[in-house]
Amino acid sequence: MLFEALTLGLGYNASLVTLGAAALGMAAGVTGTFLYLRKRALVSDAISHATLPGIAAAFMLAVALGGDGRGLPVLLLGSAVSAALGLLAVQWLASRTRLTEDAAIGAVLSVFFGFGVVLLTVIQTLSTGRQAGLEDFLLGATAGMLRSEALLIAVGGLVTLAIVVVLRRPMLMTAFDPSHASAMGVNLTRTDIAMMGLVMAVTVVGLKIVGLILIVALLIIPPVAARFWSDRADRVVLLAGVVGGVAGWVGAAFSATAADLPTGPMIVLAAFALFCLSFLLAPGRGLMAAALRAASFRTRVHLRQGLLAIANDQPIYETLTLRLLARRGLALPDGVPTEAGRAAAARARLDEERWAIVRADPSLELAAARYDGLTPLEDVLTVDQISEIDARRPAPEALA
Amino acid sequence: MNGAEFVSLSLPPIVIGVLVAVTCALPGNFLLLRRQALIGDAISHVVLPGIVVGFLLTGAVATWPMLLGASVAAIAAVVLIEAIRRLGQIEAGAAMGVVFTTLFAGGVLLLEQSDTSSVHLDVEHALYGNLESLIWLEATGWSSLADPAALAGLPPELFRIAGAAGLVALLLAVFWRPLKIATFDENYAAALGLPVTAISLGLVIVSAIAAVAAFDAVGSIIVIAMFICPPATARLLTDRLGAQVAWSVALAAIAAVAGFVLAGYGPLWLGGSDAVSAAGMIATVSGVLLGLAALVGPHRRPLAAQP
Repeated sequence: MLFEALTLGLGYNASLVTLGAAALGMAAGVTGTFLYLRKRALVSDAISHATLPGIAAAFMLAVALGGDGRGLPVLLLGSAVSAALGLLAVQWLASRTRLTEDAAIGAVLSVFFGFGVVLLTVIQTLSTGRQAGLEDFLLGATAGMLRSEALLIAVGGLVTLAIVVVLRRPMLMTAFDPSHASAMGVNLTRTDIAMMGLVMAVTVVGLKIVGLILIVALLIIPPVAARFWSDRADRVVLLAGVVGGVAGWVGAAFSATAADLPTGPMIVLAAFALFCLSFLLAPGRGLMAAALRAASFRTRVHLRQGLLAIANDQPIYETLTLRLLARRGLALPDGVPTEAGRAAAARARLDEERWAIVRADPSLELAAARYDGLTPLEDVLTVDQISEIDARRPAPEALA
Repeated sequence: MNGAEFVSLSLPPIVIGVLVAVTCALPGNFLLLRRQALIGDAISHVVLPGIVVGFLLTGAVATWPMLLGASVAAIAAVVLIEAIRRLGQIEAGAAMGVVFTTLFAGGVLLLEQSDTSSVHLDVEHALYGNLESLIWLEATGWSSLADPAALAGLPPELFRIAGAAGLVALLLAVFWRPLKIATFDENYAAALGLPVTAISLGLVIVSAIAAVAAFDAVGSIIVIAMFICPPATARLLTDRLGAQVAWSVALAAIAAVAGFVLAGYGPLWLGGSDAVSAAGMIATVSGVLLGLAALVGPHRRPLAAQP
């Protein structure tokens, strides 16, 4: 069942939804990266919550004009209008008053959402039962979706993705370094508007699949996950698209296999699983890599201190040091050095003595700055420089 | 509407609404000034999985396990956000976005998976709450306010939110000075020897208590609105912290009363027959107040633009 769902074997509608979710996820991941790099990730939260009054108002308007009110294009159009109003309100509050952007975001999302709830209750009283479906936009609902709706979402997701691909270069430059982008002839205002327009497009297309409360997850989690893997902006953008696309595909497929697996939460949880993998396993910024780095650093410190203690004929009490020395055959478990241990200890002491000369000499200041008690001098200076330093040592002695 | 109807149908929800608004607005002032306004947003989202887990563990819609679950979820969310922010070197807003959406998604999934159809527990309820249903059937008129037997029939939410409001107000009063110093200049506070990390965590925990207690009565949307809108409005009206907190309390109360009245009677005035969502209307009124302050408030200008 799951295999069929993943390979688009569960019927035309389910396949369209899966494809649409994957396209939406990719578009959201890429768009979200620009937001994330601009440190404005949560603006999308305000935009998505601000769609609710637009959906309700569009429904009421369509009913007042004699229509059915439940046509997806009309509702999506309404949601886009009120999302734009919400975005303008955030911009206006943040730039024209002393309120910070996070306060503006919180105010706009709660007030617009609250007003949307008011309109929803108005709809309930106006035409009992006919509001059916509007609540679905809160959490998304793909079960029982009309074919035309599934098609609209798949096409919408693909178009959004295409626009992202076309606009990626100026947006990437702006996100990475606005002043540089401006100097290179990128129109910052227009790029920002395009970026926010894309966020709105992702939100609107995602309303029916993921729902307005959780769509923000698709814009935030993929970039954060992708950021662990690379420090290069262009790769983060690409990876975020992949993470978002995979999350959309897998989440939608899982959700198609059973009735009690809602699509939106499944997609979000799939994205979060990818985030966890990145958080733990990514080389460089991942937790595991950091733990390994810390462990190897600790090992180096203990070995070095242990060898210096041996060289100075001092007893070693630290059990971890003893264990590390014993494991490498440099000492017996009780701390008595082996032949190899004595040789290594003498080399460590020689290194320290050379370092002492380097650090005392102002002309070697640059090299001395790299002293951390661990780095062998051979890694810093050339063989010739070292022999010149050895010549300065007061009483050169042979290696033990 | 006569006095008896007012006392039994409107007074309890109005009082609860005001208490909720004030309980959330008080810590909201400090969250706003510390640029943590969205913590309230995050907390009120993660309350959902908390109550669902509380429900699943006990198998009943009992108040205390669910409130406990919500508190645990709120604190767990804050810890998770901090962990992701520090260990992953992720910007605070994005870390928050990762955590609260995931926990909310988990809550929705759990809700769908478990058999909650027989009990009153659904996402819409969690979002909008049901302020209008908190009525006082035992009341027969204003005289019931002095009648112990009738008072015992007050909605239990009233006592819980009153307790939470008292606790929050007391904590703010006791820790006013350290909180104020740590809010305006954390480095100075640290230099004075104040435990700034503990203060910051304490503020978040107090906010969580306020959010959970308020959520119990009215649902999350009003909680977010009250955490942010009244303090933000007050911020545009004054430059002094004491005045700002006082203004925010007054504005929160005004929004609660006006919102409830508009929701209950507004449709009647407009010729309709049924009330609209009070929680939504309270949030809307608080937004209108904020909009007015942003247009004409005496201290609305950005700080750099001030003479």
